[in-house]
Amino acid sequence: MSVTEKSVKDGVATGTLLEVKGVKKYFPITAGVIRRKVGDIKAVDDVSFHLNRGETLGLVGESGCGKSTTGRLIMRVLDPTEGSIEFDGKDITHVRGSELRHLRKDFQMIFQDPYSSLNPRMSVGTLVAEPMVVNKTASRSEIKDRVAWLLETVGLSADARQRYPHEFSGGQRQRIAIARALSLRPKLIVADEAVSALDVSIQAQILNLLADLRKEFGLSYVFISHNLAVVKHVSDRVGVMYLGRMAEIAPKDLLYSNPLHPYTQALLSAAPEPKRHVQRERIILVGDVPSPAKPPSGCAFHTRCPKVMDVCRSERPILKDHGGGQIVACHLYA
Amino acid sequence: MAQPLLQVKNLRTYFIGRQSTVKAVDGVDFEVGRGKVLGIVGESGSGKSMTSLSVMRLVPAPQGRIVEGEILLDGRDLTKLSEKQMTDVRGNEIGMIFQEPMSALNPVLKIGEQIGEVLIRHRKLSKSQARAKAISLLKSVGFPRAEQVVNEYPHQLSGGMRQRAMIAMAMACEPKLLIADEPTTALDVTIQAQVLDLMRSLKENSGTAIILVTHDLGVVAEMADDVAVMYGGQVVESGSADEIFDQPLHPYTRALMESIPVIDQDRERLYAIPGNVPSAANFPVGCRFADRCTLVQDKCREAMPELRSMSPGHSVRCILA
Repeated sequence: MSVTEKSVKDGVATGTLLEVKGVKKYFPITAGVIRRKVGDIKAVDDVSFHLNRGETLGLVGESGCGKSTTGRLIMRVLDPTEGSIEFDGKDITHVRGSELRHLRKDFQMIFQDPYSSLNPRMSVGTLVAEPMVVNKTASRSEIKDRVAWLLETVGLSADARQRYPHEFSGGQRQRIAIARALSLRPKLIVADEAVSALDVSIQAQILNLLADLRKEFGLSYVFISHNLAVVKHVSDRVGVMYLGRMAEIAPKDLLYSNPLHPYTQALLSAAPEPKRHVQRERIILVGDVPSPAKPPSGCAFHTRCPKVMDVCRSERPILKDHGGGQIVACHLYA
Repeated sequence: MAQPLLQVKNLRTYFIGRQSTVKAVDGVDFEVGRGKVLGIVGESGSGKSMTSLSVMRLVPAPQGRIVEGEILLDGRDLTKLSEKQMTDVRGNEIGMIFQEPMSALNPVLKIGEQIGEVLIRHRKLSKSQARAKAISLLKSVGFPRAEQVVNEYPHQLSGGMRQRAMIAMAMACEPKLLIADEPTTALDVTIQAQVLDLMRSLKENSGTAIILVTHDLGVVAEMADDVAVMYGGQVVESGSADEIFDQPLHPYTRALMESIPVIDQDRERLYAIPGNVPSAANFPVGCRFADRCTLVQDKCREAMPELRSMSPGHSVRCILA
């Protein structure tokens, strides 16, 4: 809240596009024949952040940290258990049915594996046209022109429209998925591990394409990835998640040069860099991420934290601004 | 100079089909020194995994076959061994770990039984001896509650734990060589750090040489003594890790390094290698990277460049270098 006002006041951004407030997503754990509820998987546990227009927010974290669930909550594929999501000044938390479908034109998603998100029995032309046909946004001839233009924009040749997804390589399929996501002129794209399955040379092509599209169409991205270097490359601000919670969120330069949360520090020190002779103090965390069904009391990271204090075991730290928009949830800085 | 532990000479592994022959590995040479880590890097389809499977003689038969070349382990040619002799080498002299430990471990056998199996087969230990040894192995790979873990099944362990259990199994007979095929690709960053740390200490304590097959240049920079860069079934550049990272000579190696985002450095735009990896069923005549190379000349397409030695221990397959 205060963060949003501040960034607007400073004139850094031209307003908030997305505001996520205290969002929780609990999945019930059931047992027995009558599927009695015996507990909750706390996939996302009280997460708040905002995204400015034209900005890219990176979400990093290890598997099970809730970054993908957060992406799906923004897309309203999942309903939050608690909290609210505002998009473009409108509360979309409880919007349903045709109204939601109408709103969704403005926010689209790209996934890790374009092969499973593209219908193998539809030609590329049909696939890219489908969102426009379903939403009746254009006439038949307009759609045809727009498909051709979209394919060209994402770097595919015009003859791609008659072909089928299996005829394309992974990188090209991801381009098809991007063309499809762009077809309704969205304002926001949620990219969930969009380049993780690609080889590095192809990954570079797609990252460059996403950067070009952002400039050309003034898109905003929520870029979800486990790869710290990729996230740094694409993002303006980065949020680090751990066990369903936001540990730290900051402008990328601050986060990568001066990480405050011990988890961010450990993550950054553990990421192998493709260079020799780098002297880094490596923090090797012990143990695994605890189960989100039974998150530790207090700070979720206290079981693995090298700087754990008594207070961490009992009290959950809240996000606090430490200057320059670097917001951290850690008792060390309380 | 002492004989290297492993020498691979002109290895060719082909998949022979009715319509076409896929040249997965097409004339690969490399060496692994005793106690050294060789990193084999490349993109998917470069032949790096097939190379490591060839060393283990685990190429999927009947289509896949080592059609040419020598694999000398301590001077003994593994390609000449019978299948029975080879089973004495696997798990005993060469250990292997894979990317996905869940599919490499037997889901219905307890961890202790799986590790013990190797020891009973190769070291002729009794069941109880094998179990005791399994516990100590699990302790050495960082399981504080090893006594319980021996009685658990793979599904009860997390990804990082499974990978460590697999390392314990691969190391059970103290092999001279450990082949690790994308050992940390499926793991999270902090768990990857644990596993790499473990592999590093294994190498230092037991002197095991490691072939580390990966697409991740970061992991290679951190672990390897020597590096072989593969493209289109061939080694395009090889040398000490310092040389490869400080002075890459092959245009492909350079392009690879410029195409990845690096944390320490702000890159406005990444270098994107145009096009795709050529199909292994239909390689061009000349240099296999020619179609994607910015420095390509006519003569690149005429004949396959040789892997030439540029300085002691640094070779490159490019006529322009």
